[in-house]
Amino acid sequence: METTILFAPLVGAILCGFGWKFIGEKAAMWTATGLLFLACILSWIVFFSFDGVTQQIPVMRFIESGSLSTEWAIRLDRLTAIMLIVVTTVSALVHLYSFGYMDHDPAFREGESYKPRFFAYLSFFTFSMLALVTSDNLVQMFFGWEGVGVASYLLIGFYYRKPTANAAAIKAFVVNRVGDFGFALGIFALFFLVDSINFSDVFVSGPKLAETQLTFLWGEWSAIEVVCVLLFIGAMGKSAQLILHTWLPDAMEGPTPVSALIHAATMVTAGVFLVCRMSPLMEFAPNATAFITFLGAATAFFAATIGLVQTDIKRVIAYSTCSQLGYMFVAAGVGMYSAAMFHLLTHAFFKALLFLGAGSVIHAMHHEQDMMNYGGLRKKIPYTFWGMMFGTLAITGVGIPLTGIGFAGFLSKDAIIESSWAGGTGFAFWSLVIAAAFTAFYSWRLIFLTFYGEARGNKKTHDHAHESPMTMLVPLGVLSLGAIFSGMLWYGSFFGHADQVGKFYGIPVAEASEHAEGHAEETHAQHVADGTADAHHGEDAEHADDATHADEAHGDAAHGEDGHGDDAHGGDHHYAFAGEPGQGAIYIAPDNHVLDDAHAAPKWVKVSPFVAMAVGFLLAYLFYIVNPSLPGRLAENQRPLYLFLLNKWYFDEIYDAVFVKPTLAIGRFLWKRGDGNTIDGFLNGVAMGVVPFFTRLAGKAQSGYIFTYAFYMVLGIAALVTWMSIGGGAQ
Amino acid sequence: MDNILSIVLVIPAIAALILLIFLRGEDAAAQRNAKMVALFATTITFLVSIGIYTGFDPENTGFQMVEEHAWLMGLKYKVGVDGISVLFVLLTTFIMPLTILASWAVTDRVKEYMIAFLLLETLMLGVFMALDLVLFYLFFEAGLIPMFLIIGIWGGKERIYASFKFFLYTFLGSVLMLVAMVAMYADAQTTDIVTLMGHQFSSESFSVLGIYIVGGMQTLMFLAFFASFAVKMPMWPVHTWLPDAHVQAPTAGSVVLAAILLKMGGYGFLRFSLPMFPVGSEVMTPLVLWMSAIAVVYTSLVALVQEDMKKLIAYSSVAHMGFVTMGIFAANQQGVDGAIFQMLSHGFISAALFLCVGVIYDRMHTRDIEAYGGLVNRMPAYALVFMLFTMANVGLPGTSGFIGEFLTLMGAFQVNTWVTAVAATGVIFSAAYALWLYRRVVFGDLIKESLKSIRDMNSRERLIFAPLIAMTLLLGVYPSLVTDVIGPSTTALISNYDTALAAAEAANQFAAN
Repeated sequence: METTILFAPLVGAILCGFGWKFIGEKAAMWTATGLLFLACILSWIVFFSFDGVTQQIPVMRFIESGSLSTEWAIRLDRLTAIMLIVVTTVSALVHLYSFGYMDHDPAFREGESYKPRFFAYLSFFTFSMLALVTSDNLVQMFFGWEGVGVASYLLIGFYYRKPTANAAAIKAFVVNRVGDFGFALGIFALFFLVDSINFSDVFVSGPKLAETQLTFLWGEWSAIEVVCVLLFIGAMGKSAQLILHTWLPDAMEGPTPVSALIHAATMVTAGVFLVCRMSPLMEFAPNATAFITFLGAATAFFAATIGLVQTDIKRVIAYSTCSQLGYMFVAAGVGMYSAAMFHLLTHAFFKALLFLGAGSVIHAMHHEQDMMNYGGLRKKIPYTFWGMMFGTLAITGVGIPLTGIGFAGFLSKDAIIESSWAGGTGFAFWSLVIAAAFTAFYSWRLIFLTFYGEARGNKKTHDHAHESPMTMLVPLGVLSLGAIFSGMLWYGSFFGHADQVGKFYGIPVAEASEHAEGHAEETHAQHVADGTADAHHGEDAEHADDATHADEAHGDAAHGEDGHGDDAHGGDHHYAFAGEPGQGAIYIAPDNHVLDDAHAAPKWVKVSPFVAMAVGFLLAYLFYIVNPSLPGRLAENQRPLYLFLLNKWYFDEIYDAVFVKPTLAIGRFLWKRGDGNTIDGFLNGVAMGVVPFFTRLAGKAQSGYIFTYAFYMVLGIAALVTWMSIGGGAQ
Repeated sequence: MDNILSIVLVIPAIAALILLIFLRGEDAAAQRNAKMVALFATTITFLVSIGIYTGFDPENTGFQMVEEHAWLMGLKYKVGVDGISVLFVLLTTFIMPLTILASWAVTDRVKEYMIAFLLLETLMLGVFMALDLVLFYLFFEAGLIPMFLIIGIWGGKERIYASFKFFLYTFLGSVLMLVAMVAMYADAQTTDIVTLMGHQFSSESFSVLGIYIVGGMQTLMFLAFFASFAVKMPMWPVHTWLPDAHVQAPTAGSVVLAAILLKMGGYGFLRFSLPMFPVGSEVMTPLVLWMSAIAVVYTSLVALVQEDMKKLIAYSSVAHMGFVTMGIFAANQQGVDGAIFQMLSHGFISAALFLCVGVIYDRMHTRDIEAYGGLVNRMPAYALVFMLFTMANVGLPGTSGFIGEFLTLMGAFQVNTWVTAVAATGVIFSAAYALWLYRRVVFGDLIKESLKSIRDMNSRERLIFAPLIAMTLLLGVYPSLVTDVIGPSTTALISNYDTALAAAEAANQFAAN
């Protein structure tokens, strides 16, 4: 079944991409879409029936060289299962959506067949992404990693006539390659240290690597820190983190379904997935994870500031994505991999929803993307409006504070902010809280500019604005369900008590007690998930079982006092993770108390994201509903700051001046001066002084002369050989 | 068949002889006959050579299918293959029919053209099969002549300059190699390569003209061979003949040059330098590794700014060969496996890229990148093929280009992280120059008037690409096809190398005491 999930999209891509001439456009597109839905259904079955035990399903041999032995194989554990449903669900919906969105694309001429190509690329992307998330070793992961990069390149540049699209495609690929450079070095370092790059071997090596020193470039380093930082550089590229983020906004040149699938829900989260996947190493690398936390927080803040002033609807959402990815990295950096995955999951739903909603708006407005030309669209495209509304409620984190009731983002984002308070620095926590306010501001700004107020811009476009077809609205509806309920549904599994989380990921947990020095006194066997993943339900049964241990509650006095805050189950039991590295889908070190600390966070910490969200909303309301002239005046007053944000902190300009131009200049210098003057000049001048002589000699030459020279050469060689053989024969 | 190697070796030569003697006239029929004979001969050669592959036992790390005969004047004819050479033989026989097919449009001196290519095939095969020093040298040097003629007669405007540059560079390198060969013969009293591989050349350091030479004779011999192989590779900074040669050579000439002739240098390092001069190799390893890393970065940067398609691909070839030398001199399993893999893979990919240039050159008679743009609008099949090989060229996983780069870098990492990090930046630059080239040629709107009626690939051209696509993808997802064959021989090579180094060190220490 897992193999079918993996290869169905590949088959779809091939059939659709090459077979459409034989079976027709429509049939080809439905083939690809149908196979994707098949993969999607199977993925949900796998997700719900997964029992917590890691499985390895070999497919074929891959690179083998000496002690390096890798194969194509599927690793199925909870991380994979989560990614499977994320990838296939969003992908299937995006396929469906594309039927409507890509119909009659004005970028192509009458009679040009572009749709099968589009669907083939989408399916190929999905296959690569699945190869990435199911991989059992780092090379296969790298295969998926670069495969999604190519698919992204092809899809960003899908409008191949458009120079900006071509430029954006190349930029995306090359910037990603910078990240891949780090990723590859990380793989080499791991192989050098562990003599294997299969996950099962790598995961158990964490404790040993923490003790090892590695000579890398100019210094001696802790081996594990080097490896983790290098791998994270790969993640930075793919997940558009600060420094390597510049490609993501430009990637919006691609068709909108692509932005939803690749540049919001799946590919860009691959970096987060990588860090979570590598948790058995990350847990031993405090400096590397501190760096991840820092960079994630910085990105969350930085991208949110840019989102405040952009007017292109897709770019606003793109910066929002960049910012939300920063949140996930903070969670992973402080050791709450589970919270990172939680946000990854909910974000996939609501961000894909926002992008597809934006696509629906763009579709309605005849490919107008500037929000300044929108306004008052609520009545014209009501379904799209509600979809976008749910997405916005989810991303801004609307919910009832101190309860588990709210939209998806409310639960997952708050989980991250609490974790950052518990395990991170003040910088990380405050960056995220401020970014949450910004997020609320720009998200509501988007809604207000698009759907409220007066219609702006071309009147004819507004008159012709129309609601999208069903193929586009159904995906919006399904994703809305995810945006509303996914947080509440899975909160316990991702961010509940250690025993719930442990059960979900297949990590053994131990009941902690006051008098034990360590943990692991009574290791609970891995619990079989009950098939609905309704962890709350599972926990109730758990309580009954362990009622006799009630007096052992508050095992860790330091964390117990707060009574677990808002949590309904607070104060009855205390569990700690007790898995060894490599057991379960993620590894959480015994001394990693972030989960408990986050649950025990003070009330003001737990309420702060809600307050930030409310402030952002009110400001947006003030700026764009109450007093619409305010933004313009503020931009006028704070011109330098406004330009700084509008020009995205001038990253592109700086990179162009620092990297691109000098590189080309050096290239030209090496070519003309290096190759031309120095090497050829030297060799021609000293050793090759004969060339011009010969050239002159043969200058007017007919090819007959050439034969003469060839003849002399034969003579020469014959003479040499004769000389040698006579010497040889004489012996 | 005991003499299958000789059969494969002589088929093209016999075909050349037949053409030379029996084919008369310059009319269309004669031209067609010449092409058919050449195609037939190269195809048969390939089919027979499959027997070499099937009959080859990878577990046996010695030479197989060995034939030895006395030859004129006390010289020996001795051929054989091992895990290192066997796949190069197959690469050669595989590529040659494709180059003949790619030459179908040639109208000038077709008979001579085909003779040159057929002779070239025999000579190249000889290089990879020869187990006698003199025989090797003969093939190695004689191979220059047909190539010299191909560039000089059927080449572009600057063909004379390019052909002489090509010839003199490679020939001067070879002269030094010949000197070393004489010295080797003087020392070991044999020209038998198998015996020489077991012979220990003196590695005692000494001073010549006030220069202290670590590793002594071995280092000098290594350097002499190095001069020849480095030019052939070509390694930076003796690479400048290659862009000129490629640009001027006809398409098929470029294909052979890139796919096969460049591999002789790498093969030479593996056949001679490492096994026969281990101490010399070790002494020079840091230098070679750095030259490789510089080659990757330097030529990639130069490739970024090229305006001529063929030149760009030629520079990219030099960069890819940088990975090969880096892998070889990492002198570990991954490095050497990767180097051989990279050479084979580059054989398919660079051949295909030059053929891609050839396809549009045949139509527009220009290699200027500027002259193109928007080809995808009229040539979708071409766009697809070119994209595939562009991606293979940048080392995309799933294509054969990835495996070689990955393994060589992995091998190098274990030896020198600086070199690895510098060389690994090549993966960034290669993406930049390759995609930039592709964008300028293929993407965009088709606005140039001259391109408005350009036609997509015909069935002959598709037929040429099909096997190359198949090999590139097949080796990319199932590299065991290659590593199974070369692995044991590589292991033996490395272990002999390490043993010899240890022995030499012990001996020198003993001498020092």
